[in-house]
Amino acid sequence: MAVKAQDLRGPTDYKYGFHDVEDYKYKSGRGLTAQQVEEISRMKGEPDWMRQFRLRAHQIFMRKPMPTWGADLSGIDFDNIHYYVKPSEKTEKSWDDVPPYIKDTFDKLGIPEAERKFLAGVSAQYESEVVYHNLREDLEKQGVIFRDMDSGLREYPDIVKEYFGTIIPPGDNKFAALNSAVWSGGSFIYVPPGVHVEIPLQAYFRINTENMGQFERTLIIADEGSSVHYIEGCTAPVYSSDSLHSAVVELVAKRGAHLRYTTIQNWSNNVYNLVTKRAVAYENAVVEWIDGNLGSKVTMKYPGIYLMGEGAKGEVISVAFASAGQHQDAGAKIIHVAPNTTSTITSKSISKGGGRTSYRGLLKVYKGAENVKSFVRCDALMLDEISRSDTYPSIEIDEDQVSIEHEASVSKISDEQLFYLQSRGLNEAEAKTMIVNGFFEAFTKELPMEYAVELNRLLQLQMEGAIG
Amino acid sequence: MSTSQPTFLIEDLHVSVENNEILKGVDLTVDQGETHALMGPNGSGKSTLANALMGHPKYVVTRGRVLFQGEDILRLTPDQRAKMGLFLAFQYPVAIPGISLGNFMRAATRAVNGTGVTAGEFRKQLTERMKLLKMDSSFAARYVNDGLSGGEKKRAEVLQMALLKPKIAVMDETDSGLDIDALRTVAEGVNAIQTPEMGVLIITHYQRLLNYIRPQFVHVLVAGRIVKSGGQELVEQLEAEGYDPIIREVEAAA
Repeated sequence: MAVKAQDLRGPTDYKYGFHDVEDYKYKSGRGLTAQQVEEISRMKGEPDWMRQFRLRAHQIFMRKPMPTWGADLSGIDFDNIHYYVKPSEKTEKSWDDVPPYIKDTFDKLGIPEAERKFLAGVSAQYESEVVYHNLREDLEKQGVIFRDMDSGLREYPDIVKEYFGTIIPPGDNKFAALNSAVWSGGSFIYVPPGVHVEIPLQAYFRINTENMGQFERTLIIADEGSSVHYIEGCTAPVYSSDSLHSAVVELVAKRGAHLRYTTIQNWSNNVYNLVTKRAVAYENAVVEWIDGNLGSKVTMKYPGIYLMGEGAKGEVISVAFASAGQHQDAGAKIIHVAPNTTSTITSKSISKGGGRTSYRGLLKVYKGAENVKSFVRCDALMLDEISRSDTYPSIEIDEDQVSIEHEASVSKISDEQLFYLQSRGLNEAEAKTMIVNGFFEAFTKELPMEYAVELNRLLQLQMEGAIG
Repeated sequence: MSTSQPTFLIEDLHVSVENNEILKGVDLTVDQGETHALMGPNGSGKSTLANALMGHPKYVVTRGRVLFQGEDILRLTPDQRAKMGLFLAFQYPVAIPGISLGNFMRAATRAVNGTGVTAGEFRKQLTERMKLLKMDSSFAARYVNDGLSGGEKKRAEVLQMALLKPKIAVMDETDSGLDIDALRTVAEGVNAIQTPEMGVLIITHYQRLLNYIRPQFVHVLVAGRIVKSGGQELVEQLEAEGYDPIIREVEAAA
C-alpha cells in the first residue's frame, strides 16, 4: 500500500531536532516564544514527551510561512494573541462586554439565560452536574473514556501517546503546528472494542473545562467494531474576544468501527477559525463528518478522511453560510488508500450580503486502490448579486478501476420558486427562508432534532435580515 | 352568495410579457359555486391570464382591473392574494428541493387559513385528502414537486387546493401530461372538494377534462380576447370542429 498510518505521523526525528533555550531567544518578541510553550507544558505538569512535542511544533510553527492559497489571513497578528491563560488568571468577563447583535440573536432564538452566559464566554458552564454525573457512570460501566484532553493526558497517558499527533502531525500546516505547541482543552474519547455508545456525546457535558477554547485539541478513538457519535458546538452564536481559534481534531476508526463527528460553529464575526480535522478509517470502518459553519470572519476547514483499510467508508456533509464581511473557505479531503473504499462529499454553501463562500476539496485515489467509488456534490446558493462563491475541486486519481462522480452547481433563488411559494400564502421572506432551509436539508436531517430546529430558526433570522 | 357583486370580476384586462401585449382586454366573472372553463388554442394567452391573476411579476398588467370580493387585487403580492382565497393550480409546478410536501402544506395552510388548526388535525386532514386523491401516505414526505412524475405533480396541486380551500381556484392546464387514469383521479378529486363556497376556472386546450368536470360556463380565448362564451354545447362544438372556424370568424371580423 502506498501510504501507511506511520507515514502520516509527524517528523518524529525532526531534522532540526530540539534546540536548547538559548536558540530561541532571537525569536522572542515575534509573538510566541519557546519559553511560553515550555511554560504552558510546565504549568499543566505534562510528561516530557508532550513538552518536547510542543517545542518541536513551536519550531515548525515559527518556520512555516503563512498559507496564502486560501482565505485572506493578513489580519492575523500573532503578537496580539494570548496563547495561554492560566485558569487562575482568567477574569470573569462581563455580560456588558457582549456585543448587542449577539444578545439580540439570543433573544430571538430564545436561548435560556444560563446558556447565554456560557455561549457568550461569561460563564464557563451551564449543564447540570447531575446530568453529567449519570452519563459518566453509564459510560464508565462500558469502559468508555470521555474527558477533556488535559485530563485524558494525565489519566490515560499511554493511549494518548499512542495516537496524539499521529493523524495530524505538527508539520501538517502552520496552524496545526501552532495548535500542537499551545493546545489546551478539547475532548478525549476512547470507545473499547464492540461498545456502542447509544446517545451522542456532547462537548458541553464536560464540566469545568474549556469547551470552546482557542486552541482545542480533540482525539477520538473508536476501537474495533465500536460506534460513537460526538457533537460539538451549537447553532447559537458564540461570542469570543479571541480573534484566532485554531483547533485540531484527530479521529481513529478501527476495523468495523462507526465514528460520526458533528460540529456546528457559529463564532462571532471577529474570529479567524482555522481548523484542521482528519480521520483515519481502517477496514470496513465508517467515518462521517457533519460540519456546519455559520459564523466567524474567516473559516478555513477541510475535514479529511484517510480510507486506509479495505471496505472503509467516508462521508463529509458540510454547510456554510457567509454574510457581509465573512469568508467561509470550507470543503473536504478524502484519500482512498485501500481498495473497495467508498466516499461521499456533500457541500452546500449560501452567500448573502457580499459574503463569500469557497468549496475547496481534494479527492485522491492511490494506485492499487481498486474499485473505489466516490461521489462529490457541491452546491452554492447566492442570495444576491454582490455575494461570491468559488469552487476549487482537486482530483488526483492514480488508479484506473474507479468510479468518480463530481457534480457542482451555483444557483440563485429563482423567481419561479418564489412565485410558487408566495402563491401558497408565504410572504417573500418566508418563501426565501423555506428555499434556504430546503437547500440545507441534506445537512439538517443529519442533526439531532433540537439542533435542526434551532438551525432553521437561525436561518430564518438571517433571511429576515434581523441579525448582522 | 347573496351579494349583488360577483366574487371575482375581471375587467378589460391587458397584460404584457416583456413588452409584448398578450391579453388585449379580457372580461370575465366567476362566482363562488360556479365552474367555468376557459378554452383556447396554443398561444391565445390562457396561461398568461392564470399567472397575471395570481400576480407573477413577469406578467405586467397595463390596463384593467381584477376585483376579488370588491377589492382590486392587482396591487397585492401573490401571498396577499392567496390569503384572500385565490388559488392557482400550476401547469408546471416548480420543485422546492429539501422541503417535504407535508411541511410545506402545514406552512401554507397556517399562512392562508390561520393557526387555528392543530398539528394533529392537520395530519388528519392531509391523510384524508391524500386518500381521496389516491395518493400514498408516503407522499407527504416527498420533496415538493422534486422528482415527481407529471401526474404526481398535478395530484399534489389538487391536494394543495383541497387543503387551502380557496374561494376562487384557477386551474392552469391541470389535464396536460396526464394519462386517462390520472386524469380521472384528478377530476374526481376536484369534484369531491368543490363546495358551494368555491368558484373554479378551468383553463384547458382540450375538452377531455371537461368530460369529468362539467362546467356551467365555457369561454373561448383567441389572440388575447374572449371571443365566445356559452355552455357545455360550446365544448362539444370545439371537440367536433376544432378552433379553426372560430379563429376564422375572429379574423373575418377584425
